[in-house]
Amino acid sequence: MRNFRIWRGDASSGALEDYQVEVNEGEVVLDVLHRLQATQTPDLACRWNCKAGKCGSCSVEINGMPKLACMTRMSTFTADETITVTPLRTFPVIRDLVTDVSYNYVKAREMPAFSPPPDLAPGEYRMQQVDVERSQEFRKCIECFLCQNVCHVVRDHEENKLAFAGPRLFIRAAELDMHPLDARTDRKEHTRDRQGVGYCNITKCCTEVCPEHIKITDNAIIPMKERVVDRRYDPLVWLGRKIFRRDQVEQQAAAEDTTPAPASPETVTHRASPGQVNWAQEIQVPPAPAVGPDGRFAMSEVLIDRAGAPSPFGDDVTFPVDPEQLRYLHPRTDED
Amino acid sequence: MTTTGAESAPGPSKAQPAVTTRPRAAIAERTLRKDRWWLPPGIVAIGLAAWVTYATVRVFLKENYWVAEHHYLTPFYSPCVSLECIPEAAHFGRFVPDLPILPYAVISLPILLLFRLTCYYYRKAYYRSFWLSPPACAVPDGHARYTGETRFPLVLQNFHRYTFYLVVVITAINTWDMFLAFGGEAGFGIGLGNLVLLLNVIFLWLYTLSCHSCRHVTGGRLKHFSKHPIRYRWWTFVSRINPKHMQFAWISLGTLALVDAYVMAVSAGWITDLRFFN
Repeated sequence: MRNFRIWRGDASSGALEDYQVEVNEGEVVLDVLHRLQATQTPDLACRWNCKAGKCGSCSVEINGMPKLACMTRMSTFTADETITVTPLRTFPVIRDLVTDVSYNYVKAREMPAFSPPPDLAPGEYRMQQVDVERSQEFRKCIECFLCQNVCHVVRDHEENKLAFAGPRLFIRAAELDMHPLDARTDRKEHTRDRQGVGYCNITKCCTEVCPEHIKITDNAIIPMKERVVDRRYDPLVWLGRKIFRRDQVEQQAAAEDTTPAPASPETVTHRASPGQVNWAQEIQVPPAPAVGPDGRFAMSEVLIDRAGAPSPFGDDVTFPVDPEQLRYLHPRTDED
Repeated sequence: MTTTGAESAPGPSKAQPAVTTRPRAAIAERTLRKDRWWLPPGIVAIGLAAWVTYATVRVFLKENYWVAEHHYLTPFYSPCVSLECIPEAAHFGRFVPDLPILPYAVISLPILLLFRLTCYYYRKAYYRSFWLSPPACAVPDGHARYTGETRFPLVLQNFHRYTFYLVVVITAINTWDMFLAFGGEAGFGIGLGNLVLLLNVIFLWLYTLSCHSCRHVTGGRLKHFSKHPIRYRWWTFVSRINPKHMQFAWISLGTLALVDAYVMAVSAGWITDLRFFN
């Protein structure tokens, strides 16, 4: 039998409660939480899915450190140690160990997606391994949000959540900015102005807690800071901006349209099937699913106007959609 | 995609409720960490404070920095540019008037200080140990407000790369001093002091070249490594030593203090240099 202290409660109140629970050899903390659910507290809420450290669902704080419950072995604790399990501190609590991590999805939605090169159609992309391997490290991210949770910029300063996107989104920014075929040129400005990379003071806690051992600070945040320096803090570039007043021109353009203009027909030099698919056209960003005044999805089907969860692409899409508006070519097997 | 009512849909910028409002879990303890999280920042604080104290005392001592017999010059006085410098120790001329507040190496020391002060590793070290922002992971920030490196003066940390360019020159000067030390009053010779100087120069170069700014400006800023094979190879080399930047930072502090203490001890006559050759 081992001693556990688990935070129980919801948004209104909560406290650490003590439990004594059986632990067997080879088990992880998540096993113990499941045994608690099975034997003592059937109403204990915890999020989990794969139990293999690949889905990133069971993020909690164990003895004060953000960890995956499924990857924390019970053998790392002494037999007489009381193990404290609490929900992630940085995000609003829903119940017990479950938190609302939608902050991360809001920030992810603000991130401009990969922008395909205007002169290439899908299938014509050619990249060399040396050009993409830096970005590949960041694709290992399982979105457990432990880095977002441990980052003191938002963990200790709620007010910074508006301006700061967090380490998970910085590796996304680095991945796209280092992508050999990404056509956007404003990613450095976006990282500085919209993501708030300047808030990071490189104390490296995100790297310390990453269960995928991504070198977030060394390989993503610092390179992005340096890329921002290329654009914003280089004295010669700064002088050029002042002399030629590029700042004012950009501000004017940004005020007119925050999203990049769709590629004009003249810039499109290639179409896979002339007249059919414009591979370079901007696809309208799908609207976010409808949320209530509290910013959350309706929790009960009684309150929602349709069965099931809202579509992540928005519930107001009219089918069939116009194929001219899509970057999609339906494959054909029979030539007619 | 054909959508209707896109204007009324909650876009990214309107989805602020999820970012700002609802309460977090009410946990009374400021941190639940039970390990000795205060130990690493404590050690760093003591180590940095001890080194800075030693270096400050040595720099303003203004004596025992040159071993005339073997031409050993401590890096704390290199290049010696003050008018009061020993002429043989001033390899690059003497042109700065001597004032009590100015060290003899008045050009190189501020550059070195700024380089280490804006270094990505030292920033982590002193933000954690001295500024407590945060002292350790999942331990609360010691300050109520936080704007990071977005405002003056911390926005100036972005000038790290320019200090890197200057420090390459200073490290080259230290290397030159090291070579000159092989030729003492009696001609070519090798002593323990030469080996200490050599060790120091090796670790100074490793620390300087493993710098994150060096990694970026020499190769990391490229989008297509395949079009720049030589810069890619150089970037690969820097990427190999860059993860050890912290170790090199500390080892080079250690070798700097060691070589300075050795030169001081030989110069003051407390010990005699162990000679291997001539």
